[in-house]
Amino acid sequence: MAAKVKSKSASRSLSRDDYLRMYRTMLCIRRFEEKTDELFMAGRIKGAVHVSIGQEACSVGVCSALNQDDAILTTHRGHGHSIAKGTRLNEMMAELLGKATGLCKARGGSMHIADISKGHYGAHSIVGANMPMAAGMGLAFQLEGKGRVAVVFFGDGASNQGSFHESMNLCAIWKLPVVFFCENNHYAVSFHVNRSTAVRDISLRAQSYNAPGVTVDGMDVMAVYEATKEAVARARRGEGPTLIEAKTYRFFGHSRGDPQFGPYRTKEEVERWRKRDPLLVAEKMFKVTEAEKKAVQGEVAEEMAVAVEFAEKSPEAPLPSALEDVYA
Amino acid sequence: MREITFVEALNEALHEEMDRDKKVFILGEDVELAYVFGVTKGLAARFGKDRVRDTPISELGIVGAGVGAAMAGYRPVIEIMFMDFIMLAMDPLINQAAKLRYMLGGQLSVPMVVRTPGGGGVQYGPTHSQCLEAWFMQMPGIKVAVPSDPADGKGLLKAAIRDDNPVLFVEHKMLYKQKGLVPEGEHLVPFGRAVVKRPGADVTLVGVGYQVVNCLRAAEALAAEGISAEVVDPRTLAPLDTATIAESVRRTGRCVVVEEGHLRSGAGSEIAAAIQQEAFDYLDAPIGRVAALDAPIPFEPRLEAFVLPNPDKIAKAVKQVLGAAV
Ligand SMILES: Cc1ncc(C[n+]2csc(CCOP(=O)(O)OP(=O)(O)O)c2C)c(N)n1
Ligand SMILES: [Mg+2]
Repeated sequence: MAAKVKSKSASRSLSRDDYLRMYRTMLCIRRFEEKTDELFMAGRIKGAVHVSIGQEACSVGVCSALNQDDAILTTHRGHGHSIAKGTRLNEMMAELLGKATGLCKARGGSMHIADISKGHYGAHSIVGANMPMAAGMGLAFQLEGKGRVAVVFFGDGASNQGSFHESMNLCAIWKLPVVFFCENNHYAVSFHVNRSTAVRDISLRAQSYNAPGVTVDGMDVMAVYEATKEAVARARRGEGPTLIEAKTYRFFGHSRGDPQFGPYRTKEEVERWRKRDPLLVAEKMFKVTEAEKKAVQGEVAEEMAVAVEFAEKSPEAPLPSALEDVYA
Repeated sequence: MREITFVEALNEALHEEMDRDKKVFILGEDVELAYVFGVTKGLAARFGKDRVRDTPISELGIVGAGVGAAMAGYRPVIEIMFMDFIMLAMDPLINQAAKLRYMLGGQLSVPMVVRTPGGGGVQYGPTHSQCLEAWFMQMPGIKVAVPSDPADGKGLLKAAIRDDNPVLFVEHKMLYKQKGLVPEGEHLVPFGRAVVKRPGADVTLVGVGYQVVNCLRAAEALAAEGISAEVVDPRTLAPLDTATIAESVRRTGRCVVVEEGHLRSGAGSEIAAAIQQEAFDYLDAPIGRVAALDAPIPFEPRLEAFVLPNPDKIAKAVKQVLGAAV
């Protein structure tokens, strides 16, 4: 049954099941991130974690427009993108907890999640490093000729790296099948985008590369989905890259237990954005009933419990494994 | 003298040098609030945002701009948030800063400091844990400071800022919270002067940066077993004070060099070569080396500890060096 979805450009090709699936994945990301934060604060996850709470519509909107054999590359804030692309939850949680069963055998941790079997070519923690790689994957996909597309996620901060500009230009001159998806959450650590960036809309930068650039509401999963769908179709037709900028917000601090507001942003600002919580927006737009909500919440809670149990029961990585895969 | 942390000592050096010389200014990511490690805290409030400038995430751009400002007579102090990210700025550092004075026939110099936290022990994984000082040590035209305690941190940073040539200033993350006695006001530590941090008779431990701390811990443990280890801290790798190191080795006859960079072609390779040049006849055993194993630094705490040097590994190497003589 086709539901009426209130979004400017709501897709007619999606069913109610599709909408519920999108909602469910967003909730799954939210719960995974909450769990991650909890485990970090309890000292069970070590190192650096950057949760994406508030940005779930971006992850799900983009990945819902992709095929399994399309590629994504993501960032230090990549749990959401990973889940939306179908990354195995148990093995992902095991990686965060540093277990032998982790996706990266406890070598990479939160900032380097990858699940190649699902077309997830890695979180890359050097800001801006993933964009040239996306161009290269696009080049390979173009040579291969099977219509695959590479999507690269990056932040407002990353758009000031030379690698962004060099990669956009490469993709534009060679018409590579790449989508540049910028999650403008308005901050790079403590630095506001209005101070770091000379243009108000990062999407404007596409003009320099003679590519389409669009700005969408990053709290509206359908707006993200529609923009991505169009960009992906364009890439598959051999017309080159698109730059999508999603205006969004991270509800939590930059990393590992940072305060949610201050000293660089106000409580009021955070609360204003929280009113547009992507989950609330989706519930309203998809007219999710209380019964549906309950059912989805139950399923997701179960999945989280299974993932945490799997991770905790998994063996520790053997010490000599630290020297495996070293070939030179 | 009072006891302050390494971060506070560096912060004090920056305050004093910015006060002393209006040409000193700071560029870096999140330096105004000093959000990540806190070294630049309070400087923006004191000296204004013109002189303490938050930058976009553009390492190539900011180090390159630092070179330009230095060419124009200013004294930029650039912060690179993690040492690993310096690789994004290798061109301005190595092809430009390290060569300009020479290449332009001595017409100008590049008085720039690049400060950066290196090292592991915090489970940040392969791309946020590296010690790359050996790379820079290999390159003519750039000085390399590797302080191991708050007093040297302050004295070397002040000297670095006053130096007319480019300096890479490495701050190991594990040092930031360590406390030590630091002189108030003017305190300069000259480059190229090593110091004996603990006297001893049986073996010389040469430590690089934070590994000096681990050498001191190992020396303490070895003392309980009746082994007297001397700990020498070169403090700068370029220039390198081989005379002080060799002098110590001539007295002890044995040496272990300890660093956190990888073993292969490490700072220790160069130091060991210098020792065998200058003190060959005095060596009673092959020079020992402890370094990070030749693998990327994994994220998980046990794996990370397995790869990195620690006092146990140092003590073991010392015993090997002592045993080898018998
Ligand atoms: C090359 C490089 N410089 C700096 C950093 C440190 N760092 C990690 S995340 C971050 C902010 C990134 O901002 P943005 O791209 O907007 O992503 P967000 O954190 O907002 O998701 C910085 C400066 C890094 N990891 N890599
Ligand atoms: Mg951001």
